[in-house]
Amino acid sequence: MRIDVSHIAKLANLPLTEEEKKKFEKQLEETLQYIEQLKEIDTTGIPVTNTVTDLQNVADEDVARPSLSSLEALANATSTFHGLFKVKAILDQK
Amino acid sequence: MDLYSLSITESLEKLKQKKLSSVELTTACLNRIKKTNKALNALITVTDEAALDAAKHADLLRAQGENLPLLGIPMVIKDNFCTKGVRTTASSKVLDNFIPPYNATVTERLLQAGIVMLGKANMDAWAHGSSTETSDYGPSKNPWNKGYLPGGSSGGTAASVAADQAIGGIGSETAGSIRQPASWCGIVGLKPTYGRVSRYGVIAMGSSLDSPGPMTKTVSDSALVLQVLAGKDPLDATSLPHEVPNYSQSRENPLAGVKIGISDDYFEGVDKEVVSAVTAAIKEYEKLGATIKKIKLFQPKYAIAVYTILQRSEVSSNLARYDGIRYGYGRDRFGDEAKRRIMLGTFTLSAGYYDAYYKKALQVRTLIIDDFKRAFQDVDVIMGPTSPSTALPLGSSKNHPMFGEMADVLVEPSSIAGLPGINIPCGFSKNNLPIGLQIIGPKLSEQKLINIAYKFEKATDYHTKKPSL
Repeated sequence: MRIDVSHIAKLANLPLTEEEKKKFEKQLEETLQYIEQLKEIDTTGIPVTNTVTDLQNVADEDVARPSLSSLEALANATSTFHGLFKVKAILDQK
Repeated sequence: MDLYSLSITESLEKLKQKKLSSVELTTACLNRIKKTNKALNALITVTDEAALDAAKHADLLRAQGENLPLLGIPMVIKDNFCTKGVRTTASSKVLDNFIPPYNATVTERLLQAGIVMLGKANMDAWAHGSSTETSDYGPSKNPWNKGYLPGGSSGGTAASVAADQAIGGIGSETAGSIRQPASWCGIVGLKPTYGRVSRYGVIAMGSSLDSPGPMTKTVSDSALVLQVLAGKDPLDATSLPHEVPNYSQSRENPLAGVKIGISDDYFEGVDKEVVSAVTAAIKEYEKLGATIKKIKLFQPKYAIAVYTILQRSEVSSNLARYDGIRYGYGRDRFGDEAKRRIMLGTFTLSAGYYDAYYKKALQVRTLIIDDFKRAFQDVDVIMGPTSPSTALPLGSSKNHPMFGEMADVLVEPSSIAGLPGINIPCGFSKNNLPIGLQIIGPKLSEQKLINIAYKFEKATDYHTKKPSL
């Protein structure tokens, strides 16, 4: 099994150098080889477990509670504008 | 006896009898931190001024007749719990400048219970690892031998408590991160049932697994801290609504009739010294009135594979939020371990591979849960070594992408099933490194674990041994 490291890095939005890509490719394949062991287990007809709590449909009353002020929410942002987070444009202008 | 070496239980007694003030106790801990932290790197943020203020306030409250459960107790908190106004990094440079505007529920409950926070403890970055060597702030050292690792990911808390920098500490475990460092540092580490303690405000790692819990000098202390932490939290939908029992009350219950399960697979490939200390501990339990029964459990090696897939997948999703826009720095600051985990998780969740890896792991998770359920029809608890070895030398985790999984092989199955477990000190190796015994119980059996662990602690003196620093 070969992992397309460049493709995965793009999906994960991780900036990687060529050197890192080579290193990770080898290490990830080692890990994959280990987890391949699961193939030894027959799981035909076995249901999946998404959560171990056995809780279902946890609902809360729909009431407003005190929350962070916009000043507090923005306090850690590197770039803000008029009480908003400022982000790079994502739509192409061309 | 030096004040800093007191347990929570001992400190509370002295505080209540007015033989000790929180300011005295806090000052003793802060001095101890000053003396030992440079060499141990257990704490990455020390909030000394705020701690002294909190201690003064605690003394004032006590003078007014206030009797909060942990009033005036100096504690350290792992750096993945949000602490309002106090930098919280999860030991990653991505969050080097992050000052949370709110408290995690665990932090909030501890503060409401009256603790004095001394500082934030080092950990593996994002809790990825079992060594603290993935920390962007450098590894912590094991107080028993500074050439050795404290374990991880809650290694900073473990080292800090073992070195008496604090009276107690808080860690979090996804699979091993409380029990394994507790074992390597010779303290008590209690991983509660998944959902028993709220995850709100804990920097998320594996959300279907993460369990915050106490790391303390004694079993009684872990009962006191769990009492404060446990319970339903409206801010965490996965927190359990079940009633919280009195954890200290049943400590003294007799062990007669208690059935302990032992699985040979949990002793395979384990260091001889660890095997003999754990075997001796189990013999001690027989003397105390328990019955030992051989059981067969799902092979731990498959749990490693399940854990690796689930954890990496959940990590890739949880760490997607770090974009440097709302807080913290950009994704270029992730260390190698985080990058590896994000990449593998992205792969196992990606189109075409989801069924073969993620879904398969979720199915085997069901098998592991059923396997434990079967086992607990015959026995009350399961015992075994917490870790296959004693602490390993510094540098051991480097270039081993599966280091953490191997170090945690014996705690991963129970974590995957969401079960509670406790590590207690049960011996020392020839080179004077601590050995830990783990006790695993069915869901919400914390009371029973505390009872069983306490009886051993009472019959032995391993927990009273201190490293020389």
